[in-house]
Amino acid sequence: MKNLSRRKFVKSSAVVSGGIFLAPSILTSQPMFKKEKVLKLAVVGCGGRGTGAVSQALKADENVKLVAMADAFKDRLDDSYKNLSKMFQPGKIDVKESKKFVGFGSYKKAIDEADVVILTTPPGFRPQHFEYAVAQGKHIFMEKPVATDVAGIKKVLASAKIAKEKKLNVVVGLQRHYQTSYREAYKHIKNGVIGNIVSGQVYWDGGGVWVRPRQENWTEMEYQMRNWYYFNWLCGDHILEQHIHNIDVANWFIGEYPIKAQGMGGREIRKGKDHGQIFDHHFVEFEYPNGAVISSQCRHQQGCFNRVSETFQGTLGNVHTSGGSMAKLKSYSGEKIYSHNKTQNKNPYQIEHNELFASIRTGGLISDGEMGAKSTMSAILGRMATYSGKQVTWEDAINSNHNLVPNEDLLNWKSVPPVVPDASGNYPVPVPGVTKPF
Amino acid sequence: MKLKKYLKLIVFNGILIPFSVLNAQNFEDYKQDVKGEEISIELVAIEGGAFLMGTKNSSRNADEKPAHQVEVDGFWMGKYEITWKQYDTFVYDRINDEEFQIPSKMKELGVDMVTGATVPYVDMSFGMGKGEFPAVNMTQYAALMYCKWLTAKTGVFYRLPTEAEWEYVCKKGKTDKVSTLNNYAWYDENAGEKYEKVGTKKPNALGIYDMLGNVSEWVLDQYDKAYYSSSPKKNPWNKPTKLYPLVIRGGSWVDTADKICCTNREYSQTNWKQRDPQIPKSNWWFTDAEFVGFRIVRPKEQPSAKETEKYWMEVIEDFGIE
Repeated sequence: MKNLSRRKFVKSSAVVSGGIFLAPSILTSQPMFKKEKVLKLAVVGCGGRGTGAVSQALKADENVKLVAMADAFKDRLDDSYKNLSKMFQPGKIDVKESKKFVGFGSYKKAIDEADVVILTTPPGFRPQHFEYAVAQGKHIFMEKPVATDVAGIKKVLASAKIAKEKKLNVVVGLQRHYQTSYREAYKHIKNGVIGNIVSGQVYWDGGGVWVRPRQENWTEMEYQMRNWYYFNWLCGDHILEQHIHNIDVANWFIGEYPIKAQGMGGREIRKGKDHGQIFDHHFVEFEYPNGAVISSQCRHQQGCFNRVSETFQGTLGNVHTSGGSMAKLKSYSGEKIYSHNKTQNKNPYQIEHNELFASIRTGGLISDGEMGAKSTMSAILGRMATYSGKQVTWEDAINSNHNLVPNEDLLNWKSVPPVVPDASGNYPVPVPGVTKPF
Repeated sequence: MKLKKYLKLIVFNGILIPFSVLNAQNFEDYKQDVKGEEISIELVAIEGGAFLMGTKNSSRNADEKPAHQVEVDGFWMGKYEITWKQYDTFVYDRINDEEFQIPSKMKELGVDMVTGATVPYVDMSFGMGKGEFPAVNMTQYAALMYCKWLTAKTGVFYRLPTEAEWEYVCKKGKTDKVSTLNNYAWYDENAGEKYEKVGTKKPNALGIYDMLGNVSEWVLDQYDKAYYSSSPKKNPWNKPTKLYPLVIRGGSWVDTADKICCTNREYSQTNWKQRDPQIPKSNWWFTDAEFVGFRIVRPKEQPSAKETEKYWMEVIEDFGIE
């Protein structure tokens, strides 16, 4: 289909999504449908992603306004508020000073104010926030991953069940589930065009992320909370924090979750003091109940081959997908079964919120909680395998007492974090063959 | 006064380059090495001159009119589009190196501060190839910061071309004929749904490769469809005051042949960052502009520090609405 050039795809998608960005009603304080109930929104975790999610929620529905914000840090909250105030009219951002909540435990106060909550702190705290939001009867958008340890997974699974019973909508930010190219690939796979998936390779090989170096006036707790990417109780390592997206696609397309994992990993390049305790590479084999084996690799090393995508082999053909909206299915004779056309593209981050709010308005029920928890658990299983060097089964792991995260309500800036540096400032790094899986 | 100017030295990384030496350099093609790095960038000397900018062709777009006389001063222009290898050297450079922290040196260059691009979370080449393939998906700010970095590294002022300089080189290159376009450019009809390595088609008459096609190229200008009716005759530059739209030129592998011409004007759009989930969005990377790259120029006359400063544009934060 040579005549359907990529440029044309890009151009037409510009028109489609331009509508989302530029709809003038977004920018006014006058709701278009005045009879509709105003939905009150709160955000817990005001970083770049939380701020982005708020902007998408405010664009998703005419009658939604932000009423409360919570963050561990005042400066992060203030930046977020300032940025949102530049984007939206005051009617949409209606957060009084008394509704800006700062510090540990502030999540409760913000959640109490709202109908819909956005949970976008570092993932270690997510289970406690989710549990509270469900208990208070709120609709929820929460980012991935949804936990960093098994105790958290159990909490999320239990609350996800309650959310379903209470008919609370839960959207998890595994946005490939809301991306047209992936949905189309999934539809074709379910129709059997490539047969059963028997193997696959999933990748998040990149150069790594930000580092926030220690400052003199910070306590150890503040340092870890600010430089959270490098501490497992907060982040869960990049196999969890980023690579979950690709592992999740394997789970979704296969239709099951892994029963066991074994793998290897370590810190080869990125091993400074400000790099805490996480690895810079992991390679895991996941085995599924139907016998399928998925090779999963993720790397944070600069100057190496980069790849963020998924490939699966079925009994009749294969499929290639990537976040850049590629979705190609081919038979083994090389025949093209399906190739995704970018004209259908919409911003998946926006679709997440469009569908969440549409579901709330129409009394529908989106229940991503269990999927989010189990895909998070899959990545934790992979991490247990690379840290320990052992084969780890899902059953053993989920039945363990693996618990990394303290109760947030008991923390303050002088609390001693679950992991502390040695006398020379280095943190304990997992050692394969020595470190226990859980 | 004159003497004083001549004595003014650029002191950088142990290299002393007086302006007089820089400006007395033979106006010939040369290769710019970058000390301590494995890259070098080839530049072609372009004598200044006058030309008819825009078009009288009635079938072309309104923003290419009126055709008008423009004069540009001489400059050197990159022989090739900047490659991933050349761009990643900047992206992964440890900018806090000692060499960037000596204010007196930087002051001479009009370089206040060099900021390193953030390392992207995903593969910005989307599997289309790195190394000698052209770098894409960077913002105009990032491309400018690359020039600033290169200036700081080499002691020689580099920047993006103005829209007028770009069109001048394209028109002097005489590759703008539909019948022979396939010899000089990669575009939708002849590229394999991706960009190609730089310099694999024939160069234009000035020895510049991929001026048309392969990847679209950032220039320095704000896009204004009516700019030609009021632009100055000499060295026009529509200096940006807002983040969108900014001009890109030359067309790319995603454009059909009708867009691959010296007068066609395209521009940046907010939805090029639609899959950036953060607010504010990245100052450095797009998520959906895998067809936009750049090439560099160096003015024939090395400008004073004060003059260079006007080219280092301030970052404008991107909230996804404009």
